[in-house]
Amino acid sequence: MTPLAPQIVNLLAAILLLVTFAMLSQRRILSLIHLFTLHGATLVASALVVAWVTHDSELYYSAALTLALKVILIPWILHKLILRLNVKWDVEPLINVPMTMLIGIVLVIIAFNLALPISQLSSSIARGTLGIALACILLSFLMMITRSKAVPQVIGFLSMENGLFFSAMAATNGMPMIVELGIALDILVGILILGVFLFQIREQFDNLDIHNLEHLKEED
Amino acid sequence: MISYSGYFSQLLEIVVALASAPLLTGWVNVCRAWLQNKSAPSILMPYRTLHKLFNKDSILANDASPLFRMVPYIVFGCMTLACSIIPTLSTDLPLSPAADTIALVGLLALARVFISLAAMDIGTAFGSMGARREMFVGFMAEPALLMVMFSSSLITQSTSLTGIVENLVHRELAIYPNLAFAGVAFTMVSFAENARIPVDNPATHLELTMIHEALILEYSGRHLALIEWAASMKLFAYSCIGIALFFPWGIAQASNPLALILSIPILTLKLGIGGALLALIEMFSAKMRIFRVPEFLATAFLLAVIGMLVHFLLGA
Repeated sequence: MTPLAPQIVNLLAAILLLVTFAMLSQRRILSLIHLFTLHGATLVASALVVAWVTHDSELYYSAALTLALKVILIPWILHKLILRLNVKWDVEPLINVPMTMLIGIVLVIIAFNLALPISQLSSSIARGTLGIALACILLSFLMMITRSKAVPQVIGFLSMENGLFFSAMAATNGMPMIVELGIALDILVGILILGVFLFQIREQFDNLDIHNLEHLKEED
Repeated sequence: MISYSGYFSQLLEIVVALASAPLLTGWVNVCRAWLQNKSAPSILMPYRTLHKLFNKDSILANDASPLFRMVPYIVFGCMTLACSIIPTLSTDLPLSPAADTIALVGLLALARVFISLAAMDIGTAFGSMGARREMFVGFMAEPALLMVMFSSSLITQSTSLTGIVENLVHRELAIYPNLAFAGVAFTMVSFAENARIPVDNPATHLELTMIHEALILEYSGRHLALIEWAASMKLFAYSCIGIALFFPWGIAQASNPLALILSIPILTLKLGIGGALLALIEMFSAKMRIFRVPEFLATAFLLAVIGMLVHFLLGA
């Protein structure tokens, strides 16, 4: 085992956290999609490094799956979606950005503390990064909470899934292949259904603000 | 201990900083013009501007206090001292124990305070507006800069810049994820501190947007020349801090004085690449509204803090 590999995994984990923060502070939807692509690409790279070190062929497959799905297919679908929906700009998030960042840093501290006892039990080469993976999940969750428009929420959901994949890799060198395939299919179907859903929301309300969904009845 | 090679490298470093700071500014302007498809000004243009300004009379307002006349010299002195503390060519610097990274940030803050006082001294609307904005940017940028410095200090267990550089160079090559965070944060802070595009536009005199230009609007002649020179040196100092913290290879060590000869071309190369990158980033970004600046700098601060947290998680 080369001593360089854990360092590269740590670096990629740090980049993942960096990209998650960038997504949290990003206002424009198009840049958000680009960042999401980068998020996926970092994930693929770290999966490849872990697979190379542990000689785990299943991880190669899941890296290939991630590449096909999260770096190529889903960003492409999202691009098509925002072109069709004609939304390029996101308005202000519900909480202003510096405040969101402050909450984000608290979440990071919580995640690091939570992960510390767990990662000591793990034998994976990427065990130090479990805290970062947890932080990515929590930050994506925060992103879903603070955005009022539908498309950033979908991206938050997807990046949360990225975080889950990364934490599985950090804790146990990846999930079994069958689980991996199931999740990948779920994500793909999920994004397609959400796409249809977004069109329906826009048809009904002329915009993508999900606050419109809070009313049960039409008011008049 | 008196070491002549130490004094020599210290002297050489100050001379290089004074002489080549305008060249760096000129190089950034040339790169920017190339990228914008304009015909570039000469790379020696800042020297010509300085020469022109030194030969002009400086005019003082009737209400100017002695402070207004002193400030260009104070600012210039601060920047010269800052450039002499930062290990640009060699780590064998007799002056470097005078100030560690914290004092260096303080030194830059001192220059900022005095230039803001001078801007308010005359009592024009633009001066005080510029001073307010400068302090507004500064109070967010300084803590972020300190946190960036601490990230490196945590790795090397030293707050002196020469100590950091010597430790980093001698360490076996390893990847430090927290330095990635610190690097991004440092880039953002140096854009804000040097009045570059996402925060301030160095080429504009449009009253609604200018920060740095509003501060020095009342200066003329040799005073203006000194302040322009000091601004070039600030850019030079920040570039050299960046090099020292993140790419310290090639800086001569105390044990090997002959490496000084090689360190000058290496520094030139690094600054050349750094200046081109600066122009490139400036090209790709748009000037922010002033109320977006706190957000920008808060991001820088938080990145630096996360860098430190990551160090504790991964480095331990």
